[in-house]
Amino acid sequence: MTIAQPHDIPVVNSTTPSGLKVGIPREVFPGECRVAATPDTAKKLQKLGFEVLVETQAGAGAKFSDRAYTEAGCQVLSDAASLWDTADVVLKVRAPQWHPTLERHEADLLKPDSTLISFIWPAQNPELLEQLSHQGGTVLAMDAVPRITRAQKLDALSSMANIAGYRAVIEAANQFGRCFTGQITAAGKMPPAKVLVIGAGVAGLAAVGAAKGLGAVVKAFDTRPEVKEQVQSMGAEFLELHFQEDGSGEGGYAKVMSQAFIAAEMALFAQQAQEVDIIITTALVPGKKAPLLITRDMVESMTPGSVVVDLAAEQGGNCEMTQPGDITTYNNVTIIGLTDLPSRMASQASQLYGNNLYHLLSDLGGSENFDINLDDEVIRATTVVQGGRVVWPPPKPEPPTPAPVQPAAAPVAVAPEPKQKGLVGQLFWPVVIGLAFVAIGLWAPESFISHFTVFVLASFLGWKVIWDVSPSLHTPLMSVTNAISGIIIIGGMLQISSDITSPMTILGAIALFLGTVNIAGGFMVSQRMLNMFHK
Amino acid sequence: MSNNLVTTAYIAASALFILSLSGLSQTETAKRGNWLGIIGMAIAFAATAFISQGYSVQASSIGLGVLVGVVAASRVAMTAMPEMVAFLNSFVGLAAVLVGFAEYLQPSSTLMGIEETIHRIEIYAGVFIGVVTFTGSIVAVGKLQGILPSRSVLLPARHGLTIAMLIAIAALGAPFLSATGTTGLVPLGIMTAISAVFGIVIVMAIGGADMAVVISLLNSYSGLASAAAGFMLNNDLLIITGALVGSSGAILSYIMCKGMNRSFLNVILGGFGATSAGSSQGAGQAGDATATNPEDVVDILEAANSVVIVPGYGMAVAQAQHAVAEITQILRRQGKQVQFGIHPVAGRMPGHMNVLLAEANVPYDIVLEMDEINDDFANTDVVLVIGANDTVNPSAQDDPTSPIAGMPVMQVWQADTVVVLKRSLSPGYAGVDNPLFYYDNTLMLFGDAKANVNGVLNQLSDVTATDATSVAVAA
Repeated sequence: MTIAQPHDIPVVNSTTPSGLKVGIPREVFPGECRVAATPDTAKKLQKLGFEVLVETQAGAGAKFSDRAYTEAGCQVLSDAASLWDTADVVLKVRAPQWHPTLERHEADLLKPDSTLISFIWPAQNPELLEQLSHQGGTVLAMDAVPRITRAQKLDALSSMANIAGYRAVIEAANQFGRCFTGQITAAGKMPPAKVLVIGAGVAGLAAVGAAKGLGAVVKAFDTRPEVKEQVQSMGAEFLELHFQEDGSGEGGYAKVMSQAFIAAEMALFAQQAQEVDIIITTALVPGKKAPLLITRDMVESMTPGSVVVDLAAEQGGNCEMTQPGDITTYNNVTIIGLTDLPSRMASQASQLYGNNLYHLLSDLGGSENFDINLDDEVIRATTVVQGGRVVWPPPKPEPPTPAPVQPAAAPVAVAPEPKQKGLVGQLFWPVVIGLAFVAIGLWAPESFISHFTVFVLASFLGWKVIWDVSPSLHTPLMSVTNAISGIIIIGGMLQISSDITSPMTILGAIALFLGTVNIAGGFMVSQRMLNMFHK
Repeated sequence: MSNNLVTTAYIAASALFILSLSGLSQTETAKRGNWLGIIGMAIAFAATAFISQGYSVQASSIGLGVLVGVVAASRVAMTAMPEMVAFLNSFVGLAAVLVGFAEYLQPSSTLMGIEETIHRIEIYAGVFIGVVTFTGSIVAVGKLQGILPSRSVLLPARHGLTIAMLIAIAALGAPFLSATGTTGLVPLGIMTAISAVFGIVIVMAIGGADMAVVISLLNSYSGLASAAAGFMLNNDLLIITGALVGSSGAILSYIMCKGMNRSFLNVILGGFGATSAGSSQGAGQAGDATATNPEDVVDILEAANSVVIVPGYGMAVAQAQHAVAEITQILRRQGKQVQFGIHPVAGRMPGHMNVLLAEANVPYDIVLEMDEINDDFANTDVVLVIGANDTVNPSAQDDPTSPIAGMPVMQVWQADTVVVLKRSLSPGYAGVDNPLFYYDNTLMLFGDAKANVNGVLNQLSDVTATDATSVAVAA
């Protein structure tokens, strides 16, 4: 505050003197150390044309002094009330709550026509949503950012999960009485720690990476088979159930699995619990209580000194023995149920969260063109209150069709469209086929009809079956069909008689020869090809 | 052996064939599928053997057939699979013709009236389909082998000719149906001759790159020929099998046509490669193609994290798949992500590229279809296009006047760098210039694909000779 202010007013500000004011209040949640902007992200916000106001001591928990903010060109205000009052956009970490020193609810501080961007958890806090809507402002929930590629830079849940995963390993290492790296020393052998990570989402993968970095032997499990490669790319072993069920749900989360699958999964965990030293669970199903994966029995079966870190503690916990917010010991196994892991790495977490917010504000048009454009899919999903109206949940977007993306949409549209057939064209084949059926019905003898039935049904069956064939197997498919169309030998065989000179026998014999070439050649070459296919 | 027992054996064989085809739906179950087919065939064969006679003739025919089949199957190169399949198709066609003739000569026909007519129609149709399959397949083999010109060969007034032939074939049906005794052999023989020419003309008119459709279609025909034989012999097993094979070939042809965004009729009427060549050159090509050399390509690959290889028929022709697979192995060992993108019509038959890559030991889980990989090109560092042209042509999307407009293509140009291995800048089969070659992010590696791939491979193994890493876990 002692540094000359005029010098610090950045040049960018002078170009847009009437920039919108972004306010960063101090978090009031007990123990919350994060802050919604660091000096670094505050500078970036100024580049978007915003003026940044920071409540005094806002960054204290994350080791950012008021002075650092001032040096970054922010204005430090001494009390929360005036900050909420002047700011056009308020950035927060935790959802608004009762403010202990002002003795008012933070939601009531939101002035009309201003915007609040924060974690809100609208599904869990309907009353808060209601309360916010009475203020007449606009609220964007960082937890409602859709999980699509374009919104990744805004995805605060992912950036926080990443940190939580890393910190989970650090907390586990802190509680674990041994080294993570295996070593053979003069004083004896140190076995490497064995770590099992359940749930290979963002947090799980971060945990895998951190544990691997410390030298542990890491295994990971997930119900979604497609994350196998990601796990392996981090250097961990991917545990698999020999069970066909895909757990991929919407938005990159897993879905609830079938009973049989869960039984197989639990058996795997029970067996792993006896083997590994550290279990880190990160299993969440959106909108539901976290699934129970580690039972009391499993904890009891773990080696004394083992550690369980339950990253799902806030949503009820994956471990039966978890005490949310606490580190407890049961049967000499430490169970870490901390719910403030990102806050324990406040500097880094604030930096990432601040960047997420910066990207969001940038998408919203910066200071000059600030606009909550509800036609934008990402912004629509994120906005929970607009102009005093609750607009959550957003209308369900069309499920993304996996059709090939055609970036050059305009020229393609000009390309020759499939000709719209006239009514006559549309009716031509049905009528022809209908007439053929009538003709067959009228004149064909019974024996033909029964064969015809078989033919039509078999054609349909073939049509259905063949569509399932993977395109990579189309060549073997053709050679197998080659082989089985050699079934025509039956015709040849039946025409052969013991009279070698009869023309029928000769014709039949040649047909039999040709068919057999097909059968032997077709099956054999298929087998040869199929033997080459390997993972 | 009672007739009922034979029938149930046939039912079992039919079921096994169906299971065989459904087993082919996934790579994991495909081998079992093939075995189910073999078992089904064995059952059908054994059951028929019980009710047939003339075992010495049977045994010699079968012995010879198995011998030829096994030798051919174990010798054939994977690049020659299209020819092999076409050959086998032709055999089924010919067998159907022979069975048809033999059936006509069968003296013990007790059919009367309409039944006799239907039976004659079945024979007539069966022989027709069989002959067309036979001669068509032989021409296809010739084209694939390069014995016959692979471009589309068009006779003057060919549409008139084909229609005239079809009319003649239909007209000859009348004397055949009304013939008594074996006098019908004359119209049947003439029809066979005309159909043979018909099959030749039809397939001659189709250009080399459309062979994939033709082979699938002939595959379908061979199924129909079997089914027709089933009708004339009153054998449901033949009908079911024929119908299965028929729909299989039809689906494959359909997929191929979609892959080229052309209608079935358009392909069958042929002439694509000949007529459109040089038609839509439009504004000509602005800019220069940037040529490169194997050393630079190695540098680019070294710097890349994700590589997608897009092979085409050129890779098969140059037999470069083994070297490509080795490059893949080296790059994967270096921790890079390597994937293959296969266009549905790459190669000369459906799934041809997959088989070649499998032969070269490329794991099938990194070989992806066009739809699976097209979205990933934007996040890819390097794309290697090896012997593909039309399937990576951006004018299919950008230029509505292009002959291949609307054809789905691999969007390789979205990657940071595209390296195209090609002989020259000459247009591909469709006769369309490829603007991709002139893009800023495209490098051309001219020359024989195999020589160039080997060049890259040698450089790459020099660089990485010292990189052999092994992971030891402390125990």
